[in-house]
Amino acid sequence: MIEIVNVNNDTQIRNEMRMEFRAISENEAFARTAVAAFVTQLNPTLEEVSDIKTAVSEAVTNSIIHGYDGKNCEENRVWLKCFIKNDVLDVEIRDTGVGIEDIERAMQPLFTTKPELDRSGMGFAFMEAFMDDLEVISEPGQGTCVHMVKKLGVTSWILNED
Amino acid sequence: MENEFKIIDNYLMIRMPDEIDHHRSVYISKMADKYIVNEQVGNVVFDFEKTIFMDSSGIGIIVGRYKKISCFGGKVFAINVDKQIRRILLLSGLNDIVEIME
Repeated sequence: MIEIVNVNNDTQIRNEMRMEFRAISENEAFARTAVAAFVTQLNPTLEEVSDIKTAVSEAVTNSIIHGYDGKNCEENRVWLKCFIKNDVLDVEIRDTGVGIEDIERAMQPLFTTKPELDRSGMGFAFMEAFMDDLEVISEPGQGTCVHMVKKLGVTSWILNED
Repeated sequence: MENEFKIIDNYLMIRMPDEIDHHRSVYISKMADKYIVNEQVGNVVFDFEKTIFMDSSGIGIIVGRYKKISCFGGKVFAINVDKQIRRILLLSGLNDIVEIME
């Protein structure tokens, strides 16, 4: 189900998009590409598109392999919501999976509960690095909601690191 | 995908796909391990020429293979690394374990 709500008044560009898809790994590429296509209206740079795609990919992958433990069930779904206001992109990725017991610990770089699956433990660190703001709301057994914000049209600090 | 893996002397060359995410990484890791064990290669070279997207799953592939070969003195190399992939490697602190070749 994809619905696009376009409200365009004179002073601000406002746009909104919602998606719901099955929690299977094939949809990771679909989700990040959909968000990348949605932000084209803001004329992002290639770096900005890459950053957004990586961050979305991390969050969706987390929902699929951690939230739903990689189980492919009809009822396991991921919800994605994007909101644009002026030049700011708001992305929300939500699942109704197992949730996170200790959010602070989960967000530490290199921490992973699935080292046997070659997970690097860098997911949240990447989301934090590539987006401007990251908020994680989770309750064990209730699922997880990842909320990210990125302002477009500003050069990221990390580009100047080379 | 079979011909994405090639053995040259003591090196396993892996041509990475255009998009590296969790969905693709499972297969790459599994195949690479098969070659490492069966062919007894010492070093692994990741070729990112075709790659236009990578997330932390790529880091998982590299670190996982490094763990498998480093105890025998093997090394991990990355070639044809573009700006975006370099950023991801540096951000994960992988420049200590992967040699990025120009």
